[in-house]
Amino acid sequence: MNILIMGCGRVGAQLASLLDADGHKITVLDNDSYSFRRLPSDFGGTALLGNGLQQDVLQKAGIESAEMFVATTQGDNRNIMACQVAKHIFNVPRVLCRIYDPLRQELFEGLGIEAISPTKIFAQLLRDKIIA
Amino acid sequence: MYIIVVGGGRLGYYLTKGLLAEGHEVLLLEKESEVCETITEELGSVCFRGDGCETTTLNEVGTSRADMFIAVTGDDEDNMVSCQVAKHKFNVPTTIARLRNPDNEDLFKKLGINITISATNLILEAIEREVTTHPLTHILTMQDKGWEMVDIRILPESTSAGKLVRELALPAESKLTLVIPRENKPYVPTANSVLKEGDRVIALTTPQTEEALRAALSGA
Repeated sequence: MNILIMGCGRVGAQLASLLDADGHKITVLDNDSYSFRRLPSDFGGTALLGNGLQQDVLQKAGIESAEMFVATTQGDNRNIMACQVAKHIFNVPRVLCRIYDPLRQELFEGLGIEAISPTKIFAQLLRDKIIA
Repeated sequence: MYIIVVGGGRLGYYLTKGLLAEGHEVLLLEKESEVCETITEELGSVCFRGDGCETTTLNEVGTSRADMFIAVTGDDEDNMVSCQVAKHKFNVPTTIARLRNPDNEDLFKKLGINITISATNLILEAIEREVTTHPLTHILTMQDKGWEMVDIRILPESTSAGKLVRELALPAESKLTLVIPRENKPYVPTANSVLKEGDRVIALTTPQTEEALRAALSGA
């Protein structure tokens, strides 16, 4: 699958390297070239420097042929906006968004953005550990 | 009217001040406590410290009874998210967002944000108006209706000069509403009016057909 990942932080880089190892065609976008140090030396995908909130940058990153878009930057709102651009402007078939704030995650899930809240999941996980 | 303004920067501050002077009930949301204190000192207790993107904050300030929600922070993504929360969670009838990047206008419209304001576009339009050699000037944009009013000049090289209105290849979505000749009095054009060099045509059009209309009227 052709996958575009925005944000090469710990999660973005890890995800990129896992999917790359699975044989997918990966492009990872970040506005700080220093972030790309997190990618493994045998990473076979493309690392591109640029702001994923700008439509021309997304076009350069090949969003028009992407089958999936994932937003994993630190900013909830940045992720939400990039995902909405991917979904509504570039009609990417599947869009996945990280939203820390559980309330915002629920709202945008309701507005048709497939969203995951690490906060919610991790809290549940901790609770399960504690109760078990 | 109860109006909520998000972002206590210079724009938010003066907007709040102006709206208060007009007699509206205004609440300004600002994240930074220091900024919030300064505003409270100057304008009275109109500033609430909080994040305008957070449902809990918006709940506290009674967003569900707001008539208008205006997001004017310096970040497009924050303005977009807070307007969407206001619209979809609290059903605020009118949401207005400030845009830094004019490319985002399309997206904001698709997401149902009622009005977008871009300083970049406003300045560009002002320049257009001042530089008289430009054949097309935007006079008014009716964003909710999708119409815009433009002023188009008939230039010496325009092929439309000397022609009847019905002979022109005007786009179907445009309406010529007024012709202001250089010397004579303005008149409402009909199919049989003759356009002349130096005429200014005031027309209603859509952003999509604007270029076709300009070509039909002032194109060489």
